[in-house]
Amino acid sequence: MIKRIRRDYPVLLLAIPGMLIICAFQYYPLWGNVIAFQDYQPYLGVQQSLWSGFENFKTIVAGDPEFVNAVKNTLILTAIQTVIVFPAPIIVALVLHSLLSNRLRQIVQTIIYVPHFMSWVIVVAVFQQVLGGTGMINNWLRGHGYDPIHVIGNVEAFRALLTSQVMWKDTGWATILFLAVLSQIDRSLYEASAVDGATRWRQTWHITLPGLKPIIILLLILKLGDSLTVGFEQIILQQPAVGVEASEVLDTYVYNNGIIGGDWGVSAAVGLVKSVVALALVLGANKLAHRLGEEGVYRG
Amino acid sequence: MKRNQVLVGGMPMPGRAERVVKALFLTLICAVVVFPFIGVISTSLASPEEVIRAGGFVMFPTDGIDLSAYRSILSGGTVTQALIISGFITAVGTTIALFLTCTLGWALSRRGTFGNKPLLLLVLISLLFNPGLIPTYLVVQQFGLLDSLWAVILPVSVSAFNVIVVRAYFVGLPAAVIDSARIDGASEWKLFWHIGLPLSKAVVAVVGLFYGVGYWNSFFGALLYLNDSSKWPLQLVLRTYVVNGVEIGAQELGTAGEALPPQTSIQMAILMISVVPILCVYPFIQRHFAKGVLTGAVKG
Repeated sequence: MIKRIRRDYPVLLLAIPGMLIICAFQYYPLWGNVIAFQDYQPYLGVQQSLWSGFENFKTIVAGDPEFVNAVKNTLILTAIQTVIVFPAPIIVALVLHSLLSNRLRQIVQTIIYVPHFMSWVIVVAVFQQVLGGTGMINNWLRGHGYDPIHVIGNVEAFRALLTSQVMWKDTGWATILFLAVLSQIDRSLYEASAVDGATRWRQTWHITLPGLKPIIILLLILKLGDSLTVGFEQIILQQPAVGVEASEVLDTYVYNNGIIGGDWGVSAAVGLVKSVVALALVLGANKLAHRLGEEGVYRG
Repeated sequence: MKRNQVLVGGMPMPGRAERVVKALFLTLICAVVVFPFIGVISTSLASPEEVIRAGGFVMFPTDGIDLSAYRSILSGGTVTQALIISGFITAVGTTIALFLTCTLGWALSRRGTFGNKPLLLLVLISLLFNPGLIPTYLVVQQFGLLDSLWAVILPVSVSAFNVIVVRAYFVGLPAAVIDSARIDGASEWKLFWHIGLPLSKAVVAVVGLFYGVGYWNSFFGALLYLNDSSKWPLQLVLRTYVVNGVEIGAQELGTAGEALPPQTSIQMAILMISVVPILCVYPFIQRHFAKGVLTGAVKG
């Protein structure tokens, strides 16, 4: 072994700086979860804060209304994003894939990928400028004698607003994977089916969609693991306009209660439960995918 | 199959109705992406009189171009300073991130060396979980990085996903080239720096540009760790003056004594200077990213 280390130490030296960062900011923080079991006080630090056992978890078990509200909002938003946001890029990818002109397809792709590279601050700012009370659309409506629409800052429209922002930002980008998979479907399948008299619709239904099935399942598994994480930056930015009740999700609850509100222990407990549930969801979904005879995310 | 039916890529030619619907659909999607940006650019460039006349927004300026909004935000005040800070974070961050990611990716690509498998496993497992907001905050605090720009740079400087992408590319390099260089007595560092990197320019460029865009857009790290508003990057300034609509005066802009352009023009100019750098690098990323995303998706 010493011989191997002596032989390979130059390789190990190259690995060290990167591994240090991963350990420092990915693995090392895990100890910080101990404050979930403490009555943590920042001026005392982790070493001197008093242990409180499962006290902090009582908030979760007892169903603190703010916490329950955050869970409810998170799950509703996740449901919307799975049902409405997730299929959108599949539809766009199918349309793009069916175009005859490669040039046209590239032009459209170039345009619709752009918003993905904009920060949430920019996206939210752009939406405000378009839909806000004095924004572009209301400006036009007023100029032409119509009533303005009330979207920004409207509690009832908030979920629709979040959803349309997510779609505006990432629908284009999400097509990239589907298009790559579509381009790998065997052309001879289409030819054979056309000879047998299949229409374009039947080809889409019987060849294209089954071809997309593995990638759809893979993405749904990943999404399930993320189902307790919804639009943190997006919501933090817009929370002041609509208030906590309509907008609080688990991540913003942890931030607002812990780092802003100083209730560190309870927030860490919520964060810890969230991480554990998320990990269990990924592992569980992956297992389920194997049962169903799909590849899943990893083997094992 | 009907007689004389034309097949394209194995599919029957689309009918007229289908083509019209698709054309409308794609035009609509592109318009939704492009129009807000046109409004933002136009308003930032329109003359103050025209902006006031239009009541806030100008879609198609007729008075010619007026750069006073840009002149006032670039005259040395808060926005200029934020621009410099964002530039610093992006330049330094991207350099460090690329160095750490490529060295680690290279080391992990040398299969059969001491510790290769455990290290790779450590990187892969870190993809499965997120250490959580509060634990990460505690670690950054413990390292004494609060209120330092390093808190924005270091925690995100090694993305395990990018490491895997780079590693996959290095693994795919022809072994003969590397082996013959080693027989000629090249050290591990020389192999990496003079052979591995130059052969992998494409993937290094994509990963670098992704890091660059990430750092330029970094918002939440800065919000979380930088309390001192004189250290704020552009995204936080954008949030304050555009999303939250705080009035920006001559004092913040550093233009005391001059007539200010309308608030809307200034806001749109701030928005533009945060968007333009991304639009400038976008064409370079766009050529490569399908490849980059795919390697990651397939091997991850």
